[in-house]
Amino acid sequence: MAYLELRELRRAFGPVVALDGIQVELETGEFLSLLGPSGCGKTTALRLVAGFDRPDSGSIVVDGKDLTRVSPSRRDMGMVFQAYSLFPNMTAEQNVEFGLRIRKNRRAARRKRVSELLELVGLGHAGKRYPHQLSGGMQQRVALARALAIEPRVLLLDEPLSALDAKVRVQLREEIRRIQTQLGITTLYVTHDQEEALSISDHVAVMSSGRVEQLGTPAEMYSAPATPFVAEFIGTMNRLEAVVVDGERGEVEHGSTRLTVDAAQGRTRGERVLVLVRPELLELEASTDGGAAGENTLRGEVLTQTFLGPVTRLKVIAPDAELIADMSTARAAALPIGSRVVAHVPVAGTRLLSLSEEPASDGQDRGGR
Amino acid sequence: MYALAFLFVPAGEVIVGAFKNAHGGATFDHMRQIVHQPYLDQYWLTIKISLITAGGGCVIGLFVAYAAIRAGTPRFLRTILSTFSGVAANFAGIPLAFAFIATLGTIGIVTTFMRDHLGFDPYAHGFTIFGETGVEITYMYFQIPLMILVIAPAIDGLRAEWREAASNLGASSFQFWRYVGIPVLLPSILGAFILLFGNSFSAYATAYGLAGNSVFLIPITIGFYYSGNVLSDPHLAQALAFGMFVVLAAMMLLYIPLQRRSARWMR
Repeated sequence: MAYLELRELRRAFGPVVALDGIQVELETGEFLSLLGPSGCGKTTALRLVAGFDRPDSGSIVVDGKDLTRVSPSRRDMGMVFQAYSLFPNMTAEQNVEFGLRIRKNRRAARRKRVSELLELVGLGHAGKRYPHQLSGGMQQRVALARALAIEPRVLLLDEPLSALDAKVRVQLREEIRRIQTQLGITTLYVTHDQEEALSISDHVAVMSSGRVEQLGTPAEMYSAPATPFVAEFIGTMNRLEAVVVDGERGEVEHGSTRLTVDAAQGRTRGERVLVLVRPELLELEASTDGGAAGENTLRGEVLTQTFLGPVTRLKVIAPDAELIADMSTARAAALPIGSRVVAHVPVAGTRLLSLSEEPASDGQDRGGR
Repeated sequence: MYALAFLFVPAGEVIVGAFKNAHGGATFDHMRQIVHQPYLDQYWLTIKISLITAGGGCVIGLFVAYAAIRAGTPRFLRTILSTFSGVAANFAGIPLAFAFIATLGTIGIVTTFMRDHLGFDPYAHGFTIFGETGVEITYMYFQIPLMILVIAPAIDGLRAEWREAASNLGASSFQFWRYVGIPVLLPSILGAFILLFGNSFSAYATAYGLAGNSVFLIPITIGFYYSGNVLSDPHLAQALAFGMFVVLAAMMLLYIPLQRRSARWMR
């Protein structure tokens, strides 16, 4: 049995269904991120786990105990909020100590624990400061220490980095992961930032419209998205609408261009599919006017170039699609805006999704694992 | 310029006048007079009524404002309450006194209703709207709305996350208010208390209209000495007003360290 189980959780606010029967399981010490756009239900799910809200149906089970109707103060869950959740009238030390004081722990034990935790989050020197005397990043470290002080059964983090600047965000997310691994605490993390989720999680659950679209390891989510939504949400993806013309040879037709992709093998002729190609797999080269495009290629014109450091992202406008390709900045220099290019679609490494798998159209549950 | 013309110059005149006799010479006679009876009792009564109505207004206003603002209360209730409070906080003086006489006077509608339908005559049990209790009840009519107006923004500033974080860490609702809610609101509550105290301490027309001849508050006595035909003594009135300055200054001396202590986390 999993350590944390969200069983068929459903929650509606009037006509709006925030959670539509999500099913998630998490083992002891694992780090799961709930990832999705605003309004997908991820924060609602976290609030249900924390006990701030009650589900319409379904249950929350931790270590075999059903906590669905237990009040938040008796759940032993540590929560870190988006921002500004530190008690402003208490110093950093007093904030961390709060949960221990409520539990009536001995003063000496409290002091020791507070000191250890502030050291753990790198704020041993700032214990006497009030929240308004701390930076946003420091405040969130204190909030993390406060949540950890009570030795929670599950650590809940609700977009804890969203109010911080980019550099601090990266630093702090690495620290959160380090501390989580060090303490071996089961963690549920909510974010809309896919890079954040992929970089620190053992598992990621991508949510959309109150449902879990796909749950898997970060590598699985990136390399094998199960639905067009996941493909779109995790990283950048080229989407080419096509029709299967030869399932045996793996041939599809995109507009007037025939493409061969391994993933199309075994598909039914006439099936409408999406060919998904990551930008880093799309090869671009300068086109010779009038020359043949060659096999598995699409012709187009460079529309924009975006410098991303070691790589440059090129947007190419093709007759039936807009393509995005990542290539080394040095090579991209040879393909200025307006130049005619040929894009090579790889035979292997592409994903194929049936258009009938669009989540809005089939209604199947693909959450859980 | 406005403050100079309507605050500092009149205040200066009151202070200087308090130390002058009828012929314009310097004297301490008035100051000696005001620290003796009957003025000491009048000061004490004025301070007592101000403390009671400020304290009552703070407590009741805080609860009412919180009830209206807290999550889950329909939005329109808050709008109605704030509009009413805006009007009621400024409804004072003779009209308010007459409104209470018409309601709780000897033949007021509530008194009559209680006597005729509930078989309880409050006047037969020692109550009178024309006495100290009556003045206190009437003052509460503008003290509570004033507290609601003053404290509402502070209650708005209590973040839902603090309550949730406290609950998440195992705190009960009482513990949240004890350790977080009240300490965070305390600077605002203290400020509001001082405002309500001053509001009540300086009220004149309401008390005069209600119990001008039976409840001797310092502002009423000042009025008598300033405008009375028989008892006219403007310099004694100025000395009494100077005494009010001293009381308010003493309140501020108590308030400042308390406020500083309660708000040390803001600095």
